[in-house]
Amino acid sequence: MTLPRLGLFLAALIAAAIVADYATLLWGATAADLRDLTTDAYLRRVIGFTFLQATLSAVIALAAAIPASRALARQSDFPGRNLILQFCALPMVMPAVAAIFGIVAIYGRSGYLAELAGSFGSGWRPSIYGLTGILIAHVFFNLPLAIRLLLPAWSTVPAETWRLTAQLGMSSRQIFRLIELPLLRQYVPAALVFIFILCFLSFAVVLTLGGGPRATTLEVAIYQALRLDVDLARGGALALLQTVACLAMVAIAWITSRRLDFGRGTRLIGARFDGMTAGARMRDFATIALAMGFVSLPVAALVFDGLRGLLFAQQNLPNLLDACAVTLALGLPSGVIATSLGYPIAVASDRLRGSKPAVMLIGVAGLAGVIASPMAVGAGITLAFTGRVDLFAIAPVGVIAMNALLTLPFAVGVLRPAVARNHAQYDRLCAGLGIAGWDRFHVVDWPMLRPALGLALGLTSAASMGDLAAIALFGNQDLTNLTLLLYNQISAYRMDSASGTALVLLALCLATFALIERGIGGRRRSLALS
Amino acid sequence: MPFLEIEGLIFNYEDMHMRFDLAVEAGECVGIVGPSGAGKSTLLSLIGGFEKPLAGTIRVGGEDITRLPPAERPVTTLFQDFNLFPHLSVAENVGLGRNPGLKLDAADQEQVAWSLRQVGLDGFEARLPGQLSGGERQRVALARSLIRHRPLLLLDEPFAALGPALRVEMLELTDLLRKAQGLTVLLVTHDPNEAARIATRTAFIAEGEVALFGTTDEVLRSDNAAVREYLGR
Repeated sequence: MTLPRLGLFLAALIAAAIVADYATLLWGATAADLRDLTTDAYLRRVIGFTFLQATLSAVIALAAAIPASRALARQSDFPGRNLILQFCALPMVMPAVAAIFGIVAIYGRSGYLAELAGSFGSGWRPSIYGLTGILIAHVFFNLPLAIRLLLPAWSTVPAETWRLTAQLGMSSRQIFRLIELPLLRQYVPAALVFIFILCFLSFAVVLTLGGGPRATTLEVAIYQALRLDVDLARGGALALLQTVACLAMVAIAWITSRRLDFGRGTRLIGARFDGMTAGARMRDFATIALAMGFVSLPVAALVFDGLRGLLFAQQNLPNLLDACAVTLALGLPSGVIATSLGYPIAVASDRLRGSKPAVMLIGVAGLAGVIASPMAVGAGITLAFTGRVDLFAIAPVGVIAMNALLTLPFAVGVLRPAVARNHAQYDRLCAGLGIAGWDRFHVVDWPMLRPALGLALGLTSAASMGDLAAIALFGNQDLTNLTLLLYNQISAYRMDSASGTALVLLALCLATFALIERGIGGRRRSLALS
Repeated sequence: MPFLEIEGLIFNYEDMHMRFDLAVEAGECVGIVGPSGAGKSTLLSLIGGFEKPLAGTIRVGGEDITRLPPAERPVTTLFQDFNLFPHLSVAENVGLGRNPGLKLDAADQEQVAWSLRQVGLDGFEARLPGQLSGGERQRVALARSLIRHRPLLLLDEPFAALGPALRVEMLELTDLLRKAQGLTVLLVTHDPNEAARIATRTAFIAEGEVALFGTTDEVLRSDNAAVREYLGR
């Protein structure tokens, strides 16, 4: 079997598995279960809250990302700019629970903010559990992501355009209205929907910061149905509803996005003239500082408290080390599987792009990986392996498989452009020289794709290690990794032990990411995409 | 007194040190030729205000414009490409030359129509740049240059991407407009034939300096080694 065919086969398998998964979950669902979705008051509130928090999260993240990315685009050359862009990639590899610890440490009832208010004599106690906490956490994760999604918009504008705006005497406001707004129109809808879906499906944040039935989302409700109530039919009905909602959002993004091609610029020196005045520079740097401050505060709190916790608080070291070992043992195989599946699928999606059915099939598999409910995927895995409802029997396999499937879209997303570039540049040369098959992979593709493969494996491994959903569904006292340990500590308000665990988790994920990315990718720095 | 006077204009780009001196009379069309990377486009960028010189002065009509922002200079530049905003109509693209916020009154609309007539594009107002040919797009850009009513027109290889016949047509249109509007034109080109066709005088630029400046005929027939190497004689 050739590589593209293998990729197509794998994509088909995944698409079929996800469809079968939903079918199985719904098999037991009765008309009553489905009717519950519209009549059950609790469910109606859950559905409403899920939409509310996802919409607010996405809108706030984008509303902040537009001025921040504009400031970063306009000030295209200042010391530390690259560092900021790299920092914006951090939340991508940062475990959600670790970040949540940092957020609670800043904004929580006895966090640094409350302490600061107290030092001014105020007895103010911020209440973070509920919508506020969920929004803070979601904006923390998605503001940097949104900046990275929007920033490329500006680099599509040729240098001549900025010269033209200077020649015509356009003010900063006029440039925004006449050029940047139409430019952003093609990037914002997709970014908005992407972030909406991430928040819609977000699990760790809502489970940890939701703080009760008032602030529960569909994903957490599915988890409760599957794990606590062991009610597959209800879980399946909820998962179906969730997926339909995500699909609708994708369709909206598809319809509203518009192509706007400025063409390819010649060179980009002397880029923006409206950003050169002292006032503009001050405004831009203030905007950047504000956005970066918001993102870096929880990270700083996490590192500071973590060091203090590790050094001074009582740690249950054997527990911590066990959890580290479990984290690596479950996370690394997930990354390897996701990347090994992702490579042939990426090759197939480029090679077979001429064939409509193949494109559709790969599209369905890719889309399913993004918008399917992680919890439903997890439940499906259990059913596939055991044929009966036993979420504990095959726990390690379940965690590995679930994370591999859920991180697969990352792997394909990273590998696909690199694979496509390789094909476009070297196919004719290789054909001319008769380099094919294993020789081609060994001589041409592997050296060229190493950075992308390293990035894919690093991302999928780190994401699997930092994931809470799979371990929450499958984990138990005998199978506790760092994220589950940390979640248990935060839930029990044991913040002293939690601080150390959070730092160890963050360090382990970052180190794994960096080692894999550098080790496989070579010295080339590929994290800063802009 | 020359209309455009450039004196001791110093600029560094990476390892290249440039120093320009040039004096152009009002109503002239001056060709600027030379090997690529010699500094032709940089000279135009300096006059247009897109680059800041380290030292020296640029005077237009006796007024020192060296420190003025691009929009306040009596100058308008036409680039080789990307002169138009792809999402704005022809009329809007031209109208930007009257008001950079596109707040156009009846008199402005009249001016837009007038300038489009000048370049032979009346009736094209509502089209988008993507629906035009390369030559038509440059005509729209020319129309906007006209509507700005700046006496000095800088052309940075504006027709290099066009076919030979179209290029001649555009050169002749430019020359016609220069005479009708009393413009002074600087034309950067890599094609000596373009200079020979419309430039009364030509400056040969090499290694960041005006190496030779005289009538186009003199310069192109010069025995100067750099010119001969450039022309392949």
